[in-house]
Amino acid sequence: MQGICSGFTSSIKKVSLIFGLGFAISALPSHAAEPNTVLNLYSARHYQTDESLYANFTKSTGIKINRIEADDNALLERLNSEGAKSPADVILLVDAARLWRAQVNGMFKPIQSKVLDQRIPANLRAKADADGTTWFGFSTRARIIVYNKDRIKPGDVNTYEKLADPINKGKVCTRSGSHPYMLSLVGALIERDGTAATEKWAKGMVANMARAPKGGDTDQIRAVASGECAVALTNSYYLARLMRSTKPEDIVVVAKVGHIWPNQNAGGVHINISGGGVAKNAPNPQAAVKFLEYLASDAAQIYFADGNNEWPVVASVRVDNPALKALGPYQVEKVSIAAIGRNQVAAQRILDQAGYR
Amino acid sequence: MRTSSILLALALSLPILGLILAALLGQPSPIASDGIVAERTLTHLWNYVLTDYIVTTILLCLGVGIGVFVLGVGNAWLVANYQFPGKAIFEWALILPLAVPAYVMAYLFVDFLQHAGPVQTMLRENLGLSWALPDPRSLGGAIWTFSMCLYPYVYLVARTSFLDRSARFMEVAETLGYTSVQAFMKLVLPMARPAIFTGIALALMEVLADFGAVSYFGLQTFATGIFKAWLSFGDRSAAVHLSLMLLSFVLIVFYWERHNRARQRYALTNTNTRPAIPKRLVGPHALYAFLFCALTLFFAFVLPMAVLFDLLSEQGLEADPRYWGWLKNSLSLSAFTAILAVLCALFLAYAARLTQSKTLQGVNRLLTVGYALPGAVLGVGILSLLGLLDIAWLMSVSVGILVYAYLIRFLSAGLQSIETGLTRITPAMDGTAALLGAKPLEMIWRIHLPLLRRSVLTALLFVFVDVMKELPATLLLRPFNLDTLAVATYQLAADERLAELALPALSIVLVGLLPVILLSRAIAQKR
Repeated sequence: MQGICSGFTSSIKKVSLIFGLGFAISALPSHAAEPNTVLNLYSARHYQTDESLYANFTKSTGIKINRIEADDNALLERLNSEGAKSPADVILLVDAARLWRAQVNGMFKPIQSKVLDQRIPANLRAKADADGTTWFGFSTRARIIVYNKDRIKPGDVNTYEKLADPINKGKVCTRSGSHPYMLSLVGALIERDGTAATEKWAKGMVANMARAPKGGDTDQIRAVASGECAVALTNSYYLARLMRSTKPEDIVVVAKVGHIWPNQNAGGVHINISGGGVAKNAPNPQAAVKFLEYLASDAAQIYFADGNNEWPVVASVRVDNPALKALGPYQVEKVSIAAIGRNQVAAQRILDQAGYR
Repeated sequence: MRTSSILLALALSLPILGLILAALLGQPSPIASDGIVAERTLTHLWNYVLTDYIVTTILLCLGVGIGVFVLGVGNAWLVANYQFPGKAIFEWALILPLAVPAYVMAYLFVDFLQHAGPVQTMLRENLGLSWALPDPRSLGGAIWTFSMCLYPYVYLVARTSFLDRSARFMEVAETLGYTSVQAFMKLVLPMARPAIFTGIALALMEVLADFGAVSYFGLQTFATGIFKAWLSFGDRSAAVHLSLMLLSFVLIVFYWERHNRARQRYALTNTNTRPAIPKRLVGPHALYAFLFCALTLFFAFVLPMAVLFDLLSEQGLEADPRYWGWLKNSLSLSAFTAILAVLCALFLAYAARLTQSKTLQGVNRLLTVGYALPGAVLGVGILSLLGLLDIAWLMSVSVGILVYAYLIRFLSAGLQSIETGLTRITPAMDGTAALLGAKPLEMIWRIHLPLLRRSVLTALLFVFVDVMKELPATLLLRPFNLDTLAVATYQLAADERLAELALPALSIVLVGLLPVILLSRAIAQKR
């Protein structure tokens, strides 16, 4: 037996040596490029339409973009473990609470950029300190209400609060209460209405559900059209995308649903932002700033509006998107992003306690 | 040999140790917003949601367990022992659903059957039916989908085991006056038990580790609790506590099964197996057998493919320019990992066998739990570990870390299959070969490998297809610009573009099919 073992082991050693070498070779860093000729991007934006946004940056600056796309939390966990040696230059996230968390945890490097300070409104970027600003919003999306025209009087569902009113029993649909979009909305409601009122609201919502929370935002709109639900919450760009679709089944859906800007005389609509900043240990800081300034340029801002139907943050940009035009102008909430971020955990607790799945 | 195999096992358990460390040290997660302690998160979850999650998980596992048993064993039994119309096709075609990722099956199933989907819309608008079909986004829908996706695990191992043994047993049983059903229940099924348990265990571990498909069904399982702790509460430590609970549970089940099995040892004493002659079925029996296999295949593979092709035709074949890159990345990662995993599995299985050491056998058991670890949790474990060693930057420049994660998760699939194969090679054979002066490598090459061929091929197939489908760890640990078909599918799903998702999803299936078909035909050939 012993003989069998030793002979076998020596051959295994040879095999593992070969694999070990292969592993080592594959782990060698590709020869490091000159600083600021590449840009390493960690992005939580998952939109197909962003491809040309990145391609245009490379075309105009010659800076090559290396990208990793994953969800916000995965990226933040990864940055955290990489520590000071992290290759990330720019971090893009898609939720206000996450931006705030990343800022609080020191993931961003404060920067000073006249271009960004000038173009991006103060309420859509982090508060500046002596070192500069940590993150900037580049596009916004609103949490709007869609309803079935045959089953709902718009007056009954024109605020977030009314969705929890007993008159809407058995009519309401939303996505899961654990989703960041929902948590940010509830975080904003806590700020607007207080904790006790929000707890009551969550219980009212659960009592009004047409079905258990499930699916994405597009699913909610389709379910409203099919009659499974009568009213639902969705992000504005999903509705805009359906409005611009040429597929026959999408056209049928859009014909059946109406949309409402909630709380237009009661605190404004809840908006969320997609934004980013320079990573704390960015190896290519100049390229990173250049990229953020590019995202605030007219061309890129028009991209957000045209490609993904989001609202640009730069006021002077002229948007030519029929769906966004059809959604019309609206009044926005005055809740600070820091408050939404801070309330995230409380929001999850309230929803869990109310049985909001 | 002992030392090196313990070292290898240790290397593969490091992330789990990293997790335990993280739990003990109470490392806050970077996504935490205030210094919440794990205990408070756990208490909150326990008070309000965890009981529901556990009940749902148990029901889901029970349902899927029964589903894969009935489909896997039923089909394997028919195909291994009988001759009926279509058998030659069913034999290999029944493995095909293995190539369909559970999350893709979930998208298709829900999209096709939901209230706003084509079937129900047609019923409402053309037939004027006012009632609705049951909601596909439900526990029943999830059980159905997972059973359809995962029964091939049981089918493969059960069939291998039936082919190896059942023919002679059935003949013996018949001379003893058993009916074929009695013989099956009393002889064949107990003999195949280790293999069948392995298949069911693999399927259920996949269910326990799944998050994507489960959340798409609107279900809340134990994995939901892990993710809620981590993502909503930013409390990594609580998430780790929950993951370790899940792992302990899996270990206990494994130990219990082993313990029960230890009292029933079988090894074939006579290995000059002659090919069994399958019984020809006629009349209604042939029809029932055909229907059973045909319906399984239709619901598990033909219908989902039809829906996928329909989505694709709706989308048109505008191949994304990035498509070829996704394909290349998926293929090379899967092939490389499969070979590596099988080499490791062979090494570990042989080390345990040759040294006869209880420690090594225990270590191999431990390694199999990696499969039940949600990919994202394993990813976080690896991140903690890399962070501690300060080498996390490796992730961005090398696929090594990602392959390492795949090995930890999928080694068990290979190891189980190879161990099951090794149990069929009696210790007496090794002794005889050694007495006749066979050198160890010669013995492995000339005696074991021919006997192990099926098991090795099965192992390769499992790992290849699993890597092809893997998502959460890939998302978390991949280097720059390395998107796979699974990642592309996920990103499109996250962007709620179901039609655009058809091409990468279909490619995962088709690429997965090639080895499935090749290997299943190789397995089907008589030695």
